[in-house]
Amino acid sequence: MADPLLDIRNLKIEATVYPPGEKPQDITIVHGVSVSVEKGKVLGLIGESGAGKSTIGLSAMAYGRGGVRITGGEVMVNGRDILKIGAGGLRKLRGHEVTYVAQSAAASFNPAKKLMEQVIETTLRHGLASRDEAEKRAVMLFGKLGLPNPETFGDRYPHQVSGGQLQRAMTAMALCPKPDLVIFDEPTTALDVTTQIDVLAAIKEAIQDTGVAALYITHDLAVVAQVADHIMVLRHGKKVEYGDTRQIIEAPRQDYTRALVSVRSIEHEEKQPTADPVLRVENVTARYRGTAFDVLKNISVELHPGQTLAVVGESGSGKSTLARAITGLLPPSRGRITFAGRELSAEQTARSRDDLRELQMIYQMADTAMNPRHTVGTIIGRPLEFYFGLKGEEKRKRVQELLDEIEMGKGFLDRYPAELSGGQKQRVCIARSLAAKPKMIICDEVTSALDPLVADGILKLLLDLQKIENVAYLFITHDLATVRAIADSIAVMYRGEVVRYGPKSDVLAPPFDAYTDLLLSSVPEMKLGWLEEVIAGRRMESAGN
Amino acid sequence: MKLTLAATIGICLTAAFVLSAIFAPWIAPYPLDAAVGGVWEQPSAQYWLGTDTIGRDILSRLIYGGRITIFVALAASVLAFSLGSFFGFLAAVRGGMVDSILSRIVDLMMAIPSLIVALVVLSVLPLNLTVLILVMGVLDSTRVFRLSRAVAMDIAVMDYVEAAKLRGEGQAWVIFREILPNALSPLVAEFGLRFIFAVLFISTLSFLGLGVQPPLADWGGMVKENKDGLIYGRSAALMPAAAIAALAISVNLVADWVLSRTTSLKGGRGG
Repeated sequence: MADPLLDIRNLKIEATVYPPGEKPQDITIVHGVSVSVEKGKVLGLIGESGAGKSTIGLSAMAYGRGGVRITGGEVMVNGRDILKIGAGGLRKLRGHEVTYVAQSAAASFNPAKKLMEQVIETTLRHGLASRDEAEKRAVMLFGKLGLPNPETFGDRYPHQVSGGQLQRAMTAMALCPKPDLVIFDEPTTALDVTTQIDVLAAIKEAIQDTGVAALYITHDLAVVAQVADHIMVLRHGKKVEYGDTRQIIEAPRQDYTRALVSVRSIEHEEKQPTADPVLRVENVTARYRGTAFDVLKNISVELHPGQTLAVVGESGSGKSTLARAITGLLPPSRGRITFAGRELSAEQTARSRDDLRELQMIYQMADTAMNPRHTVGTIIGRPLEFYFGLKGEEKRKRVQELLDEIEMGKGFLDRYPAELSGGQKQRVCIARSLAAKPKMIICDEVTSALDPLVADGILKLLLDLQKIENVAYLFITHDLATVRAIADSIAVMYRGEVVRYGPKSDVLAPPFDAYTDLLLSSVPEMKLGWLEEVIAGRRMESAGN
Repeated sequence: MKLTLAATIGICLTAAFVLSAIFAPWIAPYPLDAAVGGVWEQPSAQYWLGTDTIGRDILSRLIYGGRITIFVALAASVLAFSLGSFFGFLAAVRGGMVDSILSRIVDLMMAIPSLIVALVVLSVLPLNLTVLILVMGVLDSTRVFRLSRAVAMDIAVMDYVEAAKLRGEGQAWVIFREILPNALSPLVAEFGLRFIFAVLFISTLSFLGLGVQPPLADWGGMVKENKDGLIYGRSAALMPAAAIAALAISVNLVADWVLSRTTSLKGGRGG
């Protein structure tokens, strides 16, 4: 067997943390992990946030982000230990032998420079090619990555192309200097599913054509299964399991891997509507102040008590705007909203206290949805005090009951949000909305900022609470797996319109309209060869047309 | 957050100034306005910092003067912060017309140099401590308004403020319970700086004769009384000047420390 291209041996990485009011402490982020990648192969690194996957990925360039230090082990690239080659050696290595594709292309490009300038910059800087050659190669890569008009694409500025195109442009940037190894750090996580599949296919094809080796970092096992030859599962900075992709997907050995593979397999029986709808949205049209463009066009949906209506769509489809229209933060220009048999006034400030109480909302980012200077007790207790006038011991008791309901138990009352994990924060937000005894809760992407296993826990909790409290959910999401798990009825939104609406079984059954079909077929499935199947299927279709 | 050396020095000096101001009658070796020695005596064992233009003990006058200076500056700063931050938060939360009107009023006030406004206003109004504090406080509140409006703007768009509005909370809760606790750190740091500016401002006014009036003593006034001594090589005028500088620097050290604590809090969030 040939020597591996990248061979990380027994890597140890530490960082210094500064807990408030205490002395700085050194903590170990990566505990002696060994990783190796052969020429032309793709290794997937997978794990939840904090697993150390990005940190390990960046160590392949001997780089530590945010004060992180590599304190032990060896990182061999092309047979030499790059931890010992000094700053000058690293400068030659980075952007030449090893390149990097970041998660957020939008934040990584310089908005003031044209794309071509940035794509060929490293190639020129390393003196690997003349400007003409580099531009030619970039155009070739643009074409290979399926970018429109590859000849002129480089003349545009970053804000003139879409997010998916920008991500592909960054991949071209990484491939331009003909590297031996590319590190992909969550390259498709920030994209819509319909865009993700194109970028994924482009990346995969580019990897195969150029014969480059790659480290592919992601938290989504279904995604990595499409591109990787081998997969390493990481948790808490330690290796959990390593194997080839087929073995990891089809016969995982560790419990943790099994949990990752079977994630989002919540079974949810669709419920039939029993009573009059709690929410009725009729022909609602809305636009933002000072614009002449309707972000919501003639929306009509209904939600029955104790049921879940999932509103699905990609970013910009108007699904969050629908929530703002219902809550009254963006008064609709036309249409009516009826809630619990009463017509809601369009302006939030004109609504009665009961209207406000019975219509609650949970946000995507639990971090910003809770005042960082309030304790959990204050956060959950305030609606009790505000709506029901509970005080003192009575309030404390009720808060504790709510904490029990969200499975958090004792000892959280006096904690601040910063002292909670991501999943716990979202649970506290759920408890805060439950405290108001609502008839309906709007859940705006409540699980999309969470790791898959944690998100699963939140979804289960929401379903359990729905049974107990008979509360209705308007569930906004872009994730169809979540929809399958939780919805009773579904509204698919596209460019401000509801393109498909009905009970879950109808919406998810053929025949599909074009957009729903695209959306459904773009959701990564946990099986090998899924990507090829879908892409081949789409090519057949377009050839047939 | 650890106390740095600079912060420790700042806190000690500031505390010394404040304590000597509070306990002035017990600490000062001589009464405020008794002529106890010769004119412009040099520092000696009897008069530690010498005597002034009519033979009063400078150390005693410094201690009593510190009382007035610190009290007036503190009262003016507190007034400036109460006014400025309340209206600043209100402008940020309400937005629209309320914000426009308040901001234009403040712009108008800031367009004229505050020293000139103060001189004009004080030459018309009766000269006493209350008027002085009111004038200084109102003038300074424009600066605080702009800072607190900017800070509150960032906070007002957070989801938790929206959540409070959706709950139906009133303006008072949003301002005092949601925004104020999160805006406190930068405001506290700013308070330190504003307090120093107030000290300098009252000293300037007194030096120009429109501030604290005799027989009360304050540091700026003392510089004025003794400035002629400089011509004869007497150090009397330098003593109150040094006191102003020392207070300014020590409060600044504390303010810097609070400010660095604020930034480390911001960086530490989510980590």
